[in-house]
Amino acid sequence: MVMDIRYSAETAESHDAKTGGDAIVPHMKILVIEDDLEAAAYMTKAFREAGIVVDHASDGESGLFMGTENSYDVMVIDRMLPRRDGLSVISELRKRGVNTPVLILSALGQVDDRVTGLRAGGDDYLPKPYAFSELLARVEVLGRRKGAPEQDMVYRVGDLELDRLSHEVKRAGKEVLLQPREFRLLEYLMKNAGQVVTRTMLLENVWDYHFDPQTNVIDVHVSRLRSKIEKDFDKPLLKTIRGAGYMIKDEG
Amino acid sequence: MLARARLMFRSTAVRLSALYILLFALCAAFLVFYVTAMSERLLAQQTRQTLQEEVLDIQRAYERGGVNLLLRMMERRARQPGANLYVIAGPNGEMLAGNVASVQPGVLDEQGWTAVPFTYEPYSEVDGPRRHLALANVVLLDNGLRVMVGRDLGDPGRFRGLVRRALMVALTIMGVGALVIWFGIGRNALKRIDRMSAASQKIMAGDLSQRLPIGKSGDEFDRLSDSLNAMLGRIEKLNEGLRQVSDNIAHDLKTPLTRLRNKAADALAENREDVRRAALEGIIGESDQLIRTFNALLMISRVEAGSIAAEMSDVDLSAISADSAELYEPVAEEAGLSLATDLEPGLVVHGNRELIGQAIFNLLDNAIKYAGEGRGEPKIGVKLAKTDGAIRLSVCDNGPGIPADKRGEVVKRFVRLDESRSKPGTGLGLSLVEAVMELHGGSLELSATHRDNKEAPGLTVTMVFPAPKP
Repeated sequence: MVMDIRYSAETAESHDAKTGGDAIVPHMKILVIEDDLEAAAYMTKAFREAGIVVDHASDGESGLFMGTENSYDVMVIDRMLPRRDGLSVISELRKRGVNTPVLILSALGQVDDRVTGLRAGGDDYLPKPYAFSELLARVEVLGRRKGAPEQDMVYRVGDLELDRLSHEVKRAGKEVLLQPREFRLLEYLMKNAGQVVTRTMLLENVWDYHFDPQTNVIDVHVSRLRSKIEKDFDKPLLKTIRGAGYMIKDEG
Repeated sequence: MLARARLMFRSTAVRLSALYILLFALCAAFLVFYVTAMSERLLAQQTRQTLQEEVLDIQRAYERGGVNLLLRMMERRARQPGANLYVIAGPNGEMLAGNVASVQPGVLDEQGWTAVPFTYEPYSEVDGPRRHLALANVVLLDNGLRVMVGRDLGDPGRFRGLVRRALMVALTIMGVGALVIWFGIGRNALKRIDRMSAASQKIMAGDLSQRLPIGKSGDEFDRLSDSLNAMLGRIEKLNEGLRQVSDNIAHDLKTPLTRLRNKAADALAENREDVRRAALEGIIGESDQLIRTFNALLMISRVEAGSIAAEMSDVDLSAISADSAELYEPVAEEAGLSLATDLEPGLVVHGNRELIGQAIFNLLDNAIKYAGEGRGEPKIGVKLAKTDGAIRLSVCDNGPGIPADKRGEVVKRFVRLDESRSKPGTGLGLSLVEAVMELHGGSLELSATHRDNKEAPGLTVTMVFPAPKP
């Protein structure tokens, strides 16, 4: 069965990756609804190591109860659950006015499964097997969405400025010329400044393809972007997080 | 015996024969009764006509010669063999003379034709008096006498007996005919079906190489066997393919799994922290590769099963091609080769954007991987054009290419040519592209980019989409 192939093991190395060194995300509280106890235990431990408070429910009904009674920043919901399936938990939560961002985990992992998952009210979708770094990066981005600078017209990281209206990018007041795609890449990175963004997330949000890019295509684009925004400057802003992805951050 | 009879009735031939017998019997019964009714009517008509003439004769005789002549004439006529019935009755209906013993009461009271056949008793019956059916005309003479002229209709059961006998004969002939048909045709068909069942049993037992017997006549049964055999051939081929795939999977997954295990054992035995860490990282990389292989396999089988078909829509192939080229352009540049595009704008196909995108990515990955292998400046290209009835999207390189006889091989799962074994890859890239093209009702073509260049002919992979209906 597909369920048996869970996810690739992650070492401690990638665990410090997602924290990005210090605690960017102070107190995030999440709910994990997962019936596979071993997987849930692994997830809970890894999330806690990343400084996230985790509640766990092992079936759909108790998950729905906990999700309605308590307040969470993000919920991670497995699609196939005993007593009430994941999608129905999500739509019931939405019906009850709970608008907490939801990440759907699914062993089905197919293009149309993703669409049905998002249609049911999920906010993000991750097919099994996944790397924990990928899950963590997505949960952190979802958790930040609440207060995300969606309305900000100008993103700032250190002395780097991106104007979403005029599509102008400046570093230390000097204009940086970017291709349209590079602009969108930078925009997405800056929107999630201080957070790890994985290659898959970049392919999804910048190119709108939802699969594992597998090769180094994304890396090449990021390194091009990096050379444009960092070439004449001393301070690096765009960091590569080993085993996870990228992060833009002003080290101050 | 009972079970055998039940089994026999379950056969189509027997049931059909029974149905035919029933149908024919109904038709025959209808026909017989119809003919009987018609001839009875005709007979009655003739009877009435002769009686009418006789009545006229009698009336004429009475007018000419009075009662005497009438009596004489009636006496003469009554003596003839097969004579009609004659009765002379008084005004009150009492019988005065005639050649019948008695008549159903009331018949003589009415003038004119009797409405329905009545009964009478003739004289001189050997076995005692018996009632006969008759039809008669009664005339009232001016002296108050009544004269009845009638005709015997014969034994009422006789005609019906005749009909019944005819019916029995007809039914017997039909029954025998049905049996003959069943033996001749039905049993023959049954035997052939039994032979087919026997062959099917063998196939079900696992011998897929078995085929159904085909006769020489080329009738429905032979045609059925023929199509079933064609189907079996296809199943056998698919089964063979499936077995090959699972063999390949087993083999191709065993190698990395063994590597994984060895690395884990090494890491366990290692004391130095940095070396152990490197080994663990290697293990993660290896397992990621395995997961990728699994994902690719799953993807291919899902695409082949057509489960994504629900998500088809009209997609801009020109835009997808342009996006893909743009995505890979820096990668090509990094690898030291140039990427040229020649894309016809605004070409739309009915399909799944994600899958087409992934297919193009796979082709571009391959092209970049192998273009550098050829001689001269490495180049790759993406070309999109509409030709008659098809939209063709090609990705070409000027690498070493694939010999014509191996082109069919490389699209199979896990097949990697010896020359490419050293390069990273799952051996599933082209398989996915082919599955995607099959899902889109198109095809995949492999050809040489430069046919004249023997050193580095290059490879052009073309995704041929059917042009959407206008």
